[in-house]
Amino acid sequence: MSSDATFGEYGGQYVPEALMPAIEELTDAYERYVLENEDGFVDEFRERLRDFGGRPTPIQRADQLSERYDADVYLKREDLLHGGAHKLNNALGQVLLAKYMGKERIIAETGAGQHGTATAMACAHLDMPCEIYMGRTDVNRQRPNVFRMRINGAEVNPVDVGRGTLKEAISETMRDWAGSVEHTHYVIGSVVGPHPFPTMVRDFQAVISEEARDQLRERTGGLPDAVLACAGGGSNTMGTFHHFVPDDGSEAAPDGGDRVDLYAVEAGGSSLSVDEEAGVAPNSASLSTGEEGLLHGARTKLLQDSDGQIMESHSVSAGLDYAGVGPELARLVDDGRVSPVNVDDEAALEAFHRLSRTEGIIPALESAHALGFLEERIVEEGESLGDTILLTVSGRGDKDLETVIEESGDRNLDAAPSMDVFREGQR
Amino acid sequence: MSETDPGTGADSTLAEAFADGPAFVPYLVAGDPDFETSREYLEALDRGGADVIELGLPFSEPIAEGPTIQSAIVRALEAGMTPDRFFELAESLDVDASLVCMTYYNLVYQYGTETGPRPFVERAAEAGIEGLVVPDLPAEEADELRAACDEFGLDLIFIVAPTTDGERLERMRELVSGYVYVQARLGTTGARNDVSDQTSSSLDRLADWEVPKAVGFGISSGEHAERIVAGGADGIIVGSALVDVVAEGVETERPVRETATRLEELARELAEGAVAGARKNRPEPEGQ
Repeated sequence: MSSDATFGEYGGQYVPEALMPAIEELTDAYERYVLENEDGFVDEFRERLRDFGGRPTPIQRADQLSERYDADVYLKREDLLHGGAHKLNNALGQVLLAKYMGKERIIAETGAGQHGTATAMACAHLDMPCEIYMGRTDVNRQRPNVFRMRINGAEVNPVDVGRGTLKEAISETMRDWAGSVEHTHYVIGSVVGPHPFPTMVRDFQAVISEEARDQLRERTGGLPDAVLACAGGGSNTMGTFHHFVPDDGSEAAPDGGDRVDLYAVEAGGSSLSVDEEAGVAPNSASLSTGEEGLLHGARTKLLQDSDGQIMESHSVSAGLDYAGVGPELARLVDDGRVSPVNVDDEAALEAFHRLSRTEGIIPALESAHALGFLEERIVEEGESLGDTILLTVSGRGDKDLETVIEESGDRNLDAAPSMDVFREGQR
Repeated sequence: MSETDPGTGADSTLAEAFADGPAFVPYLVAGDPDFETSREYLEALDRGGADVIELGLPFSEPIAEGPTIQSAIVRALEAGMTPDRFFELAESLDVDASLVCMTYYNLVYQYGTETGPRPFVERAAEAGIEGLVVPDLPAEEADELRAACDEFGLDLIFIVAPTTDGERLERMRELVSGYVYVQARLGTTGARNDVSDQTSSSLDRLADWEVPKAVGFGISSGEHAERIVAGGADGIIVGSALVDVVAEGVETERPVRETATRLEELARELAEGAVAGARKNRPEPEGQ
């Protein structure tokens, strides 16, 4: 673990003055507890990840996909983590850290609701009051998670500003924090925001690649040729990549210099083109198409117009629908270590159904983007990603069922219950 | 003015605005609710006694602002406000007050054909802007902007929060010019009905700074203004209470001239309150 505040030109701490002392206090706590294991923080974190979270999650060879793609495809099953997504790794780490810091209240933002759910669960587990900010659009499209948060005792505050998605929720949570920093910790849900969040969240999520690397070596005796992860803010991506980043094929690389190719799969949405006039990007592909700028406390790659106004982004997956991305990922892309790729909404939906039908795993729409890239690159473009492929299923797709069934109206799902019945049941 | 003198405010016309008694520094979002109306409102503030006007250049993610100013920003953006239009608005204003631009760093950084703050600052100077406030740019990251401001003769104003102290305070002291923005309380911007005790302790910490101290966040009446200035402030900054008047005008579809009159009246009340505070020449910590 390291405590980098910047990644090349990216990262930093661009926040209102009132937040700076809280950021400094958090940096100090991160260094002492997380990096130096003061008071046994890391030991307790790992124990809770095991007993409460259900770690380690398995890797599974996906037999049907392996046959289809003529390669050994291994899935890192973060969907099997408690709560159904990788988000618990970070939420549990941060809520526990807040406890060690003596904070009395937790706030968080959420897009798809998985981070909010994980935070609400961690707060219930650790007996901390919790408030979650969520854009109104996301509240409407991710209702199962809203109910889960409430059932775990969290308050959910819908945010009506703008288009009502993740970036508005983040801004609103930062506002709350600016007025409550003395007793409140803000659990940022991804590797974004001011230092130390991008580094700290990565460290909490790096358990994914730590386990996967060991598990794969044990299973196959070697390293994968390619590692794929979906990228919204980038916490699943950085968690999945972190322990493979040194495997860059150079002489300095561990294990005799095998190279592991890293693919960050972004949401191509409905199009990669941009309507600058309307300030709308119909995608969330900030690594592939964004430009350097400053958002939510960090310098990173962003979807912005030529004036520097942040664009409204889009993805069929609420969890990827964010106009920025983690600064470390931006740096790894500039360095050529990570390849930014993207698939559109349609390809992600197809991949969602494919995995569900062929392997019996209903993936989150976020993860379906990474699965969609396998299909595009190997089947449609006829290229290989190598003999052994590792792909993280970042979460399970239960939360996305309403979206998927609505988007898949022409996919012959006659056997599925009518959505009207489903909605009535929710009211 | 060719050069500023960070830390002292010497050679700064903004600092001069504080020289003849307490300064009244109103804030409005440029282009709220639209370009022409905004100009009328800003000129009304000038008639009401503004010494310095803080003109907000709207950014899509205003994380330091409360709901009042955030809504104003949304109105202005929807009406087509951009950095270029902002400079046109500044140039078109017929006001005696000095102009300061308050915005977020991404807009400063992206302006012009090259990235970096220099093109923005150059254009701001050309438009008659005399200073900048950038709430999401901490002193640690401000060297590049300070250099550009020095090159084009702009003041760089920093916000001191109730929680700012130690090395951070010293760093700001080295970089600040024109005046220092003393944040009266924690939280985001927004009109309140009381005056915070945090203000006097903040002013105490800055007692030996040579730049004027202007207090903002939550001031909404002449009485607040009087108490703040009597408590040792060199000026008052008022945003949300004025933006509320604009918002009310929009919501009730009140004639523009009528809203302008109300703004002028509230401005006069605030400016006179500040002057009354200065007459109480034995400054005591406010709220006691």
